[in-house]
Amino acid sequence: MKKLMLAASLLALSAAPVLADETIGLITKTETNPFFVKMREGAQAKAKELGVTLITAAGKYDGDNDGQVAAIENLIAAGAKGFAIVPSDSKAIVPTIQKARDAGLKVIVLDTPLDPMNAADATFATDNRKAGMLIGQWAKGTLGDKAADARIVFLDLATNQPTVDFLRDQGFMQGFGIDVKDPNKIGDENDPRICTHEISQGDQEKGRTAMENALQKCPDVNVVYTINEPAAAGAWEALKAVGKDDGSVLLVSIDGGCPGVKNVQAGTLGATSQQYPLKMAAMALEAIHAGKIPDIDPAVGFLDTGAQLITSKPVDGVPSISVEEGLKLCWG
Amino acid sequence: MSDNATGSAAAERGLPPAEPGGVASFDEADRGPIRRMQEFLHRFPTSIPFIVLLIGVVIFSFAAPGKFLAPFNFSLILQQVTIIAILGVAQTLVILTAGIDLSVGVIMILASVVMGRTAVVYGVPVEIAFPLGLLAGLACGFVNGVIVTKLRLPPFIVTLGTWSIFGALNVWYSRSETIRQADVQETAPFLQWTGTIIKPYDFFSKTLGLDLTFLKGWVLNYGSVVMLIVAAVIWYVLNKTAFGRHVYASGDDPDAARLAGINTDRTLIGVYALAGFICAIAAWVLIGRIGGVSPQAGQTANLDSITAVVIGGTSLFGGRGSIVGTLVGALIVGVFRNGLALSGLELLWQDFAVGVLIIVAVTIDQWIRKISS
Repeated sequence: MKKLMLAASLLALSAAPVLADETIGLITKTETNPFFVKMREGAQAKAKELGVTLITAAGKYDGDNDGQVAAIENLIAAGAKGFAIVPSDSKAIVPTIQKARDAGLKVIVLDTPLDPMNAADATFATDNRKAGMLIGQWAKGTLGDKAADARIVFLDLATNQPTVDFLRDQGFMQGFGIDVKDPNKIGDENDPRICTHEISQGDQEKGRTAMENALQKCPDVNVVYTINEPAAAGAWEALKAVGKDDGSVLLVSIDGGCPGVKNVQAGTLGATSQQYPLKMAAMALEAIHAGKIPDIDPAVGFLDTGAQLITSKPVDGVPSISVEEGLKLCWG
Repeated sequence: MSDNATGSAAAERGLPPAEPGGVASFDEADRGPIRRMQEFLHRFPTSIPFIVLLIGVVIFSFAAPGKFLAPFNFSLILQQVTIIAILGVAQTLVILTAGIDLSVGVIMILASVVMGRTAVVYGVPVEIAFPLGLLAGLACGFVNGVIVTKLRLPPFIVTLGTWSIFGALNVWYSRSETIRQADVQETAPFLQWTGTIIKPYDFFSKTLGLDLTFLKGWVLNYGSVVMLIVAAVIWYVLNKTAFGRHVYASGDDPDAARLAGINTDRTLIGVYALAGFICAIAAWVLIGRIGGVSPQAGQTANLDSITAVVIGGTSLFGGRGSIVGTLVGALIVGVFRNGLALSGLELLWQDFAVGVLIIVAVTIDQWIRKISS
């Protein structure tokens, strides 16, 4: 009996701080990706401002669903008011998110929408298709007449085509004026301007290898689309090695990290589409704290946190901001 | 039959005589062609990776006609495998002692971040930043070696732990920030030196006036030269020095090695420390290849290095294997990946092929080992 009482009082003690304080969680794909590092910083700043306790967690690697499941379970156990999550596996995480919502937690998904999207209370994300479209339009406008017989290399993310991969890739094609066939699938197009699709895994070293192999297939390439800025930086090294750093190849990317924006400034990158992880996280924390989800346009289905084209060579009819503005807003 | 008799029989077939007491003897009547091949492979285990490499080259010459079989493409493959080959040399040292080093990739990343961040972000002269990076690699390897020997823990466990530890240090020190190519070029261009392009044909025709036409189309970089130097030095160490013999002996039979008076602990610490140092050299080549410093690059390099070593014919059970085998093993992976990519196959089939190669390599290793039992 004594033991039981002791256990009960210990339990009460350990639960007390959680009850006294409001806890909100943030779960990202990994701890190391600068995009998520910035997201965490944004959440930390907002948590301090709101006076709430922030618990952060992440998967061990990109795609680690189990790690995220455990993180959600911990947040339910900690009695959190809610959490924001960037899902590693947009389908597999859905049942666990349902469990959390059943337990009364507010769930806001960031960056990568769930499948189905309405499995969360709300989604705050970059419109990745629009981000791709902006650089597609810019590339087309910059090439002018030459766009009609361009030779394009695509450095995509992964063979399993995660949402962000096909959204950006197909967005670029739509912006460039390529018939995309199935808008949610990479590789079913038959436009002769497409020379090859390679996989970069969003990594600088693998990006270089992918570009080297692409150059073997397409020595006459003049447009390179890259899924993100590390892949673009790797591709640039490959282009430089064969003397194609002379302006004959237009290199474009998406993300808006500080190193990427500086590469636009230096001219190695023609343009990039910037997204806003800090803002995403701060908005999500605010909404969970207030217990009120902002109105979301049902046609889009998610709250668009914005994407802006950054270039030092603007094209008529394609909205863009300057490198200086981009540097103020950049992350990573 | 005595060893001498086997030796002379071998000499009759044009094979070098077996070392006295080195290989068991067999009756002439037992020798079918397969048995003879098994014996040949047992005596020259490094020939297997060479044969596989040759098969790969022939296959892809047909699968990707006109693209694969070109000097420029071959020099590309050489550039693509450089980092894995250097890490493979480090891994070979460790695997020869019947150990394994899961931390080679993160030691490389950590060393590259130390070099880059110290020089570019903190403005330390590259003459200091670069050796600091090498020292960081050496220190990581030393830590591995000390834990393995002094705490008597399996290398797999130790390097699994340090993989995590060094990885965390990398995130902490780098703050996950990428350093751009242009920034490195401005502050510490020496770190990119390994990426400098060399055209051997131009070199020979300009400096020596030799018109070596077969060198036309080859485009190498100093990273490949660094790789060859590292491999040559470690080859020399393994084959011509007492330390090298101690490494083989410690891996083959640590008890016997100890009884023979070898300080196996010191040998092991030396092996891990040297491996860490070589990883730091790989870090330098990595910066040359990607231009900048990315704390995210090379995350699967530990597995790739083990792949190169295993396909190169070095036994995971220790005591058998060679640096040349590892270089060829890395080339095999490079040839298959490049060849399959040029043939238009998806990445997943490249992974599939590399997986098959690993299993085939270990099967052959086991098969030729049977000859001595």
